[in-house]
Amino acid sequence: MKINELLSSPSEWVRTEGPNSKIVMSSRVRFARNLRNVPFPGWAKKPERQKSLELIKPVVEQLPEMATAFSDSMDNLAALDKQVLVERHLISREHAAKNVGSGVVINDKETLSVMINEEDHLRMQAIKSGLQLKSIFKVIDKVDTELESVLDFAYSPRLGYLTACPTNVGTGMRASAMVHLPAMVLSDQINQVVQAVNKLGLAVRGLYGEGTEALGNVFQVSNQTTLGEKEADVIDRLNKVILQIIDHEENARITLLEKKPRLVYDQVGRAYGALSNAHTVSSKEALNLLSLLRMGVDLELFPATTRVIVDEMFVVAQPAHVQKAAERKLTAEERDIFRADLIRHRLKDVAKPIVATAAPPEGPTELA
Amino acid sequence: MLCDICKKNEATVHLTQIIENKMLKVDLCEVCSKTKGIQETTGFSLADLQVGLGAGDEIAGEAGLKCPVCGFSQADFKKTGRLGCSACWATFEQGLAPLLKAMHKSDRHVGKVPGKAAHTLIITERIKELAGDLEKAVRSEKYEDAAHIRDQIRELESKLKISAV
Repeated sequence: MKINELLSSPSEWVRTEGPNSKIVMSSRVRFARNLRNVPFPGWAKKPERQKSLELIKPVVEQLPEMATAFSDSMDNLAALDKQVLVERHLISREHAAKNVGSGVVINDKETLSVMINEEDHLRMQAIKSGLQLKSIFKVIDKVDTELESVLDFAYSPRLGYLTACPTNVGTGMRASAMVHLPAMVLSDQINQVVQAVNKLGLAVRGLYGEGTEALGNVFQVSNQTTLGEKEADVIDRLNKVILQIIDHEENARITLLEKKPRLVYDQVGRAYGALSNAHTVSSKEALNLLSLLRMGVDLELFPATTRVIVDEMFVVAQPAHVQKAAERKLTAEERDIFRADLIRHRLKDVAKPIVATAAPPEGPTELA
Repeated sequence: MLCDICKKNEATVHLTQIIENKMLKVDLCEVCSKTKGIQETTGFSLADLQVGLGAGDEIAGEAGLKCPVCGFSQADFKKTGRLGCSACWATFEQGLAPLLKAMHKSDRHVGKVPGKAAHTLIITERIKELAGDLEKAVRSEKYEDAAHIRDQIRELESKLKISAV
């Protein structure tokens, strides 16, 4: 499979609607694994990295899950294509910076990806729409078991799977969910939630993980620790916390609609107005407005079919996707124009929000 | 003193955590402490933050210790916060222990165990480890502990027999 074939259609998790996908955009589970007694990628010299890549890549390609897949070495990928993969959450920002001696294998549905020689020899992840951490865990666990029947993974009975960074040792597992929390942000409750979740030993981060901004009111909630707890227990705990976050967000939406319906209609209406009429828009502004549109869909101010359009735009509006769609090099200014065109075009069949409960404004008092 | 994160602003927030007689320190400016969500120190691990910064804590133990497999040293860990290869974990085991305790729920893996072939190897290794603990317990006259360890060894040995059948 060629890179352009892979990138021509959006990822499955964007196109489909998993359980709880109103608030949970996607769930992801990744395992970190390493070869025994082979220098970790960060410490290995170039020939050693190439050697481990040559050893690992064919094994990953032969997985039944990867029957139709894209597979290549990172130095064969254009910088723009790498960035598109980052925006689709298929590789990490760190991996996008890799070249000779690192590789990536991604299945055609873009639900499964294996990074070779990122910080660890293998970083394998599964991603799906909505909240379905348990079934995703099963997918990646099976892949891991298949790989370990061929590859000699570094494991110690005391410390579990040995990783380059002490923060990953043990299970090597990071499970996360991307949650969309506009009402909690609008009602200033988000900091409380972040702190409460932190106290439970879970991390809350921005759209692209560690050290990134929460663009479009999207937050990533994940486990922090990997040693001393079983994978299933970690997933279970995370799942419970996410369900509570969903509850809080839903309550915040109900409260907002009860107490400040005009604020909600105003925000959603302005977002719709701006996006369907803008002729230049930055990706940051686009994501923040799309977030409000997405909430509008959840609140049934738009038909349910609008969700997929909005979710696709969430990905397509990002810088590398815009650049890729333009098929030529754009300046930042041109990119903002192209993005606005793209969004206007996609919104042209979406009618303005239906605000049934809003009373018609009273006419101006007649002057005597 | 400059902030450990941005390395630009003056550090005004100084955090210290003592775990198992080992002191971890982080100095941050006001902006970075807010973005990292550090308003109170409960439930917040300095070790995690330090490693996240790439400014690894020094691994305790003999200075000049080097991994026999990949040549990685303590100084390298201090620089990168990452290890050199899987064998480094054994080389620096003692020094890493306090760091792991500070960062994780415990210092012992309880999760997935690799397939059957590896399974036998792991049980054998664990029996060896326990045999060492048993000897220590007997030497220090902790007979109750010794009996407990002996039971564990027996249990593991029976598991080995089952999987050999």
